[in-house]
Amino acid sequence: MKALLWRDLQLAIRAGGGFGLSLAFFLIVCTLVPFGVGADGGQLSRIAAGILWVGALLSCLLSLDRIFALDHEDGSLDLLATAPLPLEGMVAIKALAHWLTTGLPLVICSPVLGILLHLPGAAYPWLVLSLTVGTPALSMLGAFGAALTVGLRRGGLLLSLLVLPLYVPTLIFGAETVRRGLMGTEVTTPLVFLAGITFATLALVPFAAAAALRVNLR
Amino acid sequence: MTLISVRDLAVARGGLRVIESLDFSLSGGQALVLRGPNGSGKTTLLRTLAGLQPAVAGQIDCPPDSIAYAGHADGLKPALTVSENLSFWASVFGGPAIGPALVAMNLTELTARPAHTLSAGQKRRLGLARLMVTGRPLWLLDEPTVSLDSNSVALFAAMLRAHLAAGGAALVATHIDLGLPEAGLLDLTPYRANLTRRDDRPAGFNEAFA
Amino acid sequence: MSIWEYANPVKFLRASGIVLPWIVAGAALCTVVGLVWGFLTPDDYRQGATVKIVFLHVPAALMAINAWMMMLVASLVWLIRRHHVSALAAKAAAPVGAVMTLIALITGAIWGQPMWGTWWEWDPRLTSFLVLFLFYLGYIALWEAIEDPDSAADLTGLLCLVGSVFAFLSRYAVNFWNQGLHQGASLSVAPGERMSSVYRYPLYVSMLGFFLLFLALVLIRTRTEIRRRRLAALLAREHRA
Repeated sequence: MKALLWRDLQLAIRAGGGFGLSLAFFLIVCTLVPFGVGADGGQLSRIAAGILWVGALLSCLLSLDRIFALDHEDGSLDLLATAPLPLEGMVAIKALAHWLTTGLPLVICSPVLGILLHLPGAAYPWLVLSLTVGTPALSMLGAFGAALTVGLRRGGLLLSLLVLPLYVPTLIFGAETVRRGLMGTEVTTPLVFLAGITFATLALVPFAAAAALRVNLR
Repeated sequence: MTLISVRDLAVARGGLRVIESLDFSLSGGQALVLRGPNGSGKTTLLRTLAGLQPAVAGQIDCPPDSIAYAGHADGLKPALTVSENLSFWASVFGGPAIGPALVAMNLTELTARPAHTLSAGQKRRLGLARLMVTGRPLWLLDEPTVSLDSNSVALFAAMLRAHLAAGGAALVATHIDLGLPEAGLLDLTPYRANLTRRDDRPAGFNEAFA
Repeated sequence: MSIWEYANPVKFLRASGIVLPWIVAGAALCTVVGLVWGFLTPDDYRQGATVKIVFLHVPAALMAINAWMMMLVASLVWLIRRHHVSALAAKAAAPVGAVMTLIALITGAIWGQPMWGTWWEWDPRLTSFLVLFLFYLGYIALWEAIEDPDSAADLTGLLCLVGSVFAFLSRYAVNFWNQGLHQGASLSVAPGERMSSVYRYPLYVSMLGFFLLFLALVLIRTRTEIRRRRLAALLAREHRA
């Protein structure tokens, strides 16, 4: 299992792995929004939490199709499926690798982009906390979407259509946490819901994703 | 020791059975060459035996975690070096060290090369070397000699013979002569599925609706 | 004799062929009676004539949700018992359910304009219907994208399963996110909130009509799908021979 995680991290970081692409995309989204809505600092600071969450979600989406597609093309997926490692475990590891190479960098960089968008000071801890809690669910659900579309030649667009509706609850509770933290109202409820969704996703979705992979392998 | 025994097996491709009533068994030290025209279900049979797709009917008995499968693709990562690729599969399968496998397929001079710089034949040799590091006794090989030159075919045959001598077994779908006179022959032509017969358990949509 | 016998395509075609004309006739009768009767009801003292769109809006919304439920059950039957007709019924229901959702959304917008002064409001109910519509689109797109019918049935079944959980979650998340303008359930069981019987009875008839309409459309589409699969199956057999 460690070997698989290590290989996926190595592949992401080496040339052609696309590491940093989603980070650059996140930066571009956060740069484009002020061009669209105007440079008024007050307005930006009101919508900053939402933009940062939506931006993180879209950047996460960008690299999802790589989770299984490359391994499917070069036959590694067949070989991994015959390995002693259960397919569910393999799915979880690959989702973890995806989170480490996209989700985690997004979490780390989000405060910097918060400055660009005039995010008020009180919101920063909640932004980082909610993204840390919420982004693993995005990677896991993305792995499910990637498993559904792995055999398709033009799966990328379809993948977004399948995965984005699944992201709705996470986005709502994540952005709500930041908004409430900003207003100084009680944040426990959305945060607990967010954590609940993430834990339930991590516990159950690997089974669905592994089932989808088995269908696509036969 | 019997490594695999297959009874009354039926396998399907595209929702239609291709092979049915297949019986055979393989013990340690035995090799079997699969023969049959294109479309006779060689790949489908190997994938079913490897557990990548379910059998339509019949029984496959083999000890758990005993099968190493090598299909048309080699499962190599272009960005990783030869030794990294091989070590990865060794640790995933919990198999032996990679040294002997590199020697057997004459890859020792290429260990530090990234896989994307290898020629097609070299990639294939690396893909076959992976079989040794899985440490598994039963090899299921689908056209293993594609893009190999005659020297490499001889290397592969020697590796296969050593595997058999060590108590392993192999089921090989191939069209060329491997130079293994001791290997048995399994012709799939007589097991071709009879599609006109109705079955209670259809293999897929194409059988359920015809 | 069990219900599973109708999982056999031939039996299903025969049995559905017998009941289909009756269902179509019932659907036509109930929809026309319900809508005309609904149109002839007196104006509401608060909402005026606009209330009459309820006879289109509520049945469509009801069937939008029920269609997804039916797809979920059919997907489960396929995944567990491998009855091919069940998978095709789920496939057949999706576009019908999507159109029902769209009708509910459009009539809601038309109704919302005079009532709330806006075509669209990010109200929890409207929003969750929009999300449901997205789920329908994804499901239909996945069926269309996969060529192998067995894989398509399995994968869409899985998507329907996971999607149901998240559609349900979204419903509550959206509630939490924005308390809305939308009135409570039109047919609440709590006394006092109930709508007047002047409206209730034509609404019941209209709902029955929409249910029968849904059933008829799903049966017709399932029968078409079965024939299409049969055609493909015969061709596949021909190519193999």
